[in-house]
Amino acid sequence: MSRWHARLRRVAWVFLAFLFLAALFSDRLTGVSYARQFRDFPAAHVSWRFPLGTDALGRDRLARLLVATRISLLLAPAAALFSTALAALVGGLAGYFGGFLDRLASRSIDLMLSLPWIFLLIAARAVLPLNVSPSTSLLITFALLGALGWAAPARVIRAGMRDVRNSDYVLQARACGCRGFRLLIRQLAPNLKPVLLAQFWTCIPLFVLSEANLGLLGLGVSDPLPSWGNLLRELETDLAFNPGIVACLALMLAVLGCFRLVLPSRSISD
Amino acid sequence: MRTLKDVARLSLSMAVTVVAGGVLTAALVRLSPGFGVDEHVLDPTRDAAALRAVQAARPEQSDFLGYTISHTAAMFRGDLGLSRNWNRPVAGLLRERWPVTAQLMLVGILGGWALALAFALPGVLWPSRAWRAFAAGTSGLLLSIPSAALALLIFVYAGPVRAVMALAVFPRVYQYLHNILSDAAAQPHVMAARARGVRPTRILLWHILRVAAPQVLALAGVSVSMAFGAAVAVEVICDLPGIGQLAWRAALARDLPLLVTLTMLVTLATQLANAVPDMLIAKRSGARA
Repeated sequence: MSRWHARLRRVAWVFLAFLFLAALFSDRLTGVSYARQFRDFPAAHVSWRFPLGTDALGRDRLARLLVATRISLLLAPAAALFSTALAALVGGLAGYFGGFLDRLASRSIDLMLSLPWIFLLIAARAVLPLNVSPSTSLLITFALLGALGWAAPARVIRAGMRDVRNSDYVLQARACGCRGFRLLIRQLAPNLKPVLLAQFWTCIPLFVLSEANLGLLGLGVSDPLPSWGNLLRELETDLAFNPGIVACLALMLAVLGCFRLVLPSRSISD
Repeated sequence: MRTLKDVARLSLSMAVTVVAGGVLTAALVRLSPGFGVDEHVLDPTRDAAALRAVQAARPEQSDFLGYTISHTAAMFRGDLGLSRNWNRPVAGLLRERWPVTAQLMLVGILGGWALALAFALPGVLWPSRAWRAFAAGTSGLLLSIPSAALALLIFVYAGPVRAVMALAVFPRVYQYLHNILSDAAAQPHVMAARARGVRPTRILLWHILRVAAPQVLALAGVSVSMAFGAAVAVEVICDLPGIGQLAWRAALARDLPLLVTLTMLVTLATQLANAVPDMLIAKRSGARA
């Protein structure tokens, strides 16, 4: 990694940490709830009172943007953690035991990867209840991302586990009588850690984007709870220059850019 | 003989995956809340016999497994089953809509690959930090915008919506293509050719692309799936009557026959798109051996 890239990576970390804190304490920063309607100020322009204006229902766009950021920065990593854990279970078992289990896991991975990601998400999201409370829709959306996003990481983890299983140090550990749980904790898990971490970091921007796509197609988080997906839906109605949407897009680009910068080098392509 | 055996094995594996995809989708839709509830059942003027008749008209309600098997068998009879939502044979719906999706995907794949090559090749042939940073920045920027948002932006501002396809496929292809070509360009024989003053076009065609061909072919297969994913978002947002929009509507309407057929067809298309490059690669390495 070049010095320039290392510096950029540090900046990305600082930006993400700062944004996370701002999103976490958004209520104190703006002093307004994301759902509060200022009925006298619908679609208000930028002002000191409303730095990003208000939407058509008179809700403060800055408050909504910060809450949407909080949701993405908290729930996308949670879904990525769930997805990586599932992938570690499937890929790890398949790679370690091989044989029938490996064939079964490989066939399942092939099946999941045969369906384009957005098609899979739409089909799965649409069969789940749509008329639910906003918080339930939020949980359903991210749980679905976590539950369906395991296939690609599982394939990488399976390959990693096979390499580790066939390595000389694991062979020696076995010869020394190290078996079962001890082998997993002392030999396999530490050597698979870089692969698992890379998959975890790769999943986060993918899930943030997927939530935004689902929200734009009307299958994501439901109103009045804000998410980047349903904030971007304003693009449909508001054609005029809209600082709320510009800020949302810019923030999304910055966050995803930062996530790509903090990714272990080349892990996306590998 | 060996090739025939490989083809047979591959076909069997694809058939199993496709059928598994269909059954999985059918199960998912069948288990969804509110599935199969006919509004006629709520009509208080209907008597018990009428309600039984309504129920009998939805065979998937009573015998799901039997229904799935008979539906799968009906798929091979030509009309690919009957869509509940449109009350029309699925084959007819697909016949009407496939040209729109095919055109979008073609634009996406050709445009995306052209852009990816235009950004990756100069960086490989004439390595420059500035160009690499510019290409990585552009692809990273496009990768960070949801395809649906890109489609919406271009649609609202009356831009060419088909260009969204190319812009959605380009960054995904570029990332892999750049790494594949860079790895091939870093091989010792390429450095030796450069040191001997071989022309860049010759280096590219004879020393880089030949080495990278199997991976580039595999990437071409994967890009079909990428293009279909982008087509779903573009068709829904831009109201284009293609297969992606049909899938979205089928999912929303919980149209089991249509959704199962579409899932099986999409799985088959993706598997074929991945299998063809694999077979070409296998044939090439077989010929070399």
